[in-house]
Amino acid sequence: MVDRNPEYSLMLDSQKIDALQNHPEIKFISQRSLFNGMASSTAGGNGVMITGIDPDAERDVTNMWSMVSEGSYFESGKKNEVLIGERLAKKMKVAPGNKIVLTFQDTEGTIVSGAFRITGLFKTASSKYDEVSVFVKNQDLINLLGTGFGMHEIAILLKNELILEEVKSELSTMLPGNLIEGWREISPELGYADDMMATFLYLFLLIVMFALSFGIINTMLMAVLERKKELGMLMSVGMNKGRVFLMIMFESIFLGVTAGPIGIGLSYLTVAYFQSTGLDLSMWGEGLESFGISSTIYPVVEREYYVIISVLVVLTSILSSIYPARKALKLNPVESLRAI
Amino acid sequence: MTVIETKNLRKTYDTNHIEVHAVNGVDLKIEEGEFTALVGPSGSGKTTLLNLIGGLDEASEGEVIVGGTVITGLKDSKLIDFRLHNIGYVFQAYNLIPVLTAVENVEFIMLLQNRPKAEREARALELLKKVGLEDKAKSRPGEMSGGQQQRVAVARALASKPRFILADEPTANLDSISTTNLLDIMAKLNQEEKITFIFATHDQRVISKARRVVTIDDGKIISDEKRDA
Repeated sequence: MVDRNPEYSLMLDSQKIDALQNHPEIKFISQRSLFNGMASSTAGGNGVMITGIDPDAERDVTNMWSMVSEGSYFESGKKNEVLIGERLAKKMKVAPGNKIVLTFQDTEGTIVSGAFRITGLFKTASSKYDEVSVFVKNQDLINLLGTGFGMHEIAILLKNELILEEVKSELSTMLPGNLIEGWREISPELGYADDMMATFLYLFLLIVMFALSFGIINTMLMAVLERKKELGMLMSVGMNKGRVFLMIMFESIFLGVTAGPIGIGLSYLTVAYFQSTGLDLSMWGEGLESFGISSTIYPVVEREYYVIISVLVVLTSILSSIYPARKALKLNPVESLRAI
Repeated sequence: MTVIETKNLRKTYDTNHIEVHAVNGVDLKIEEGEFTALVGPSGSGKTTLLNLIGGLDEASEGEVIVGGTVITGLKDSKLIDFRLHNIGYVFQAYNLIPVLTAVENVEFIMLLQNRPKAEREARALELLKKVGLEDKAKSRPGEMSGGQQQRVAVARALASKPRFILADEPTANLDSISTTNLLDIMAKLNQEEKITFIFATHDQRVISKARRVVTIDDGKIISDEKRDA
């Protein structure tokens, strides 16, 4: 939880900022200042979280710039510009080009106000966030407050997300007295959603494997029963049980090995298609947005999943073929030969 | 030399708590090179006797001795292996594998015997020639007539170099020309190569060709007639 009291700021000097910028595992950093305050227009006032950013650095670290739906992202170079959420704009009945007044406390507790012109509106996946967030330039805040305040947070983009924990512990030693958090700690709900998605993925995988298993059992059982006479003949002329068992097993495995790559290939193409066009879930958009999830999903399936699924398909084929193969072994050659 | 001997062979089925004696104390000796027909009305027990001789069915009592080996009581796996190396089967409905060609159907038995590919191919073609089907070697069962399919089945039965061939109603699905052709081929194989044939049949055309006719009724042998060649 971020304490937005301007009194507390990062304990970093320029040397440490440089060290962060030159860290081998860090791609980009963006310094931010955070204030709780009030945004007012002629239509009324709203409580907001004011985030001071360096627009260029922020562009490197987050994709906030790409979420501007109307107006522009601090591109005019003019002073006192503000980027506000679409929902907040609607609530305050303002549009790009209009002015709003931001009021907040400085480090000494003095109320400070400034008029800011709306440069653009943004729309993120979270409608709640859009309703309470505004972005201004750090330089404008410095102009307004003087130089007596420090940055409150630094957003860091790593080159490799997998080494997050290692970098975190290194930074803890490097920057004592500062709170260092990963995205899961900052936004635990997103972490839960991510974990939940992974769990659901395995659940779906389990359901699909069950369906596959029943499909194979059904197909192979039919194959055994339809070929009773043929199996009876094979057993009569001297095909031993081991060979009959293996024959049915191999048929099932071939079924899995043939159908598996076709299915995986089709899924790869489907995922690739939706990766570029996005999967439009706008029908449920409002519900998803209240959870902070975009109504357009861009699916990503990692390569390891394809490997896991391929192995699971083959394993399921092998396991599913045991029952039909056992059924074939139990056939009586004489009775099978009489089968119509 | 005796190829097959049955001693007091019995097979009893329990149908709704009623005992049915399908084979009821059969003592029979088949000599090498015989061309024997087991005849009798439907339900007389000839197919059951054939199945018992072939080790396909388990006897309730008695013994079946094939080439000196008592096959009754052999373990399943040993019996399957015994069938593979000693007995050839010709079924009423041909029972060829539909996706394999004629030559592959014949080769298949030798594949089960783990014989080398070259030997399999050569013997399969030789056998198809013997049954007059060398030109149909690459045809699938669906592309052949019933008579031709049954001739492939005879070639398949011969492929494993068995001690004898058991044929259950081999002509039941054939027209008279196909029957005559098939019987001529089998009689020729019997006379020239001394292959022992045992038929379960009630087809007069088969019976007229047989050199020994064993008549069965109610599971018992009621007559055993040997004819001159």
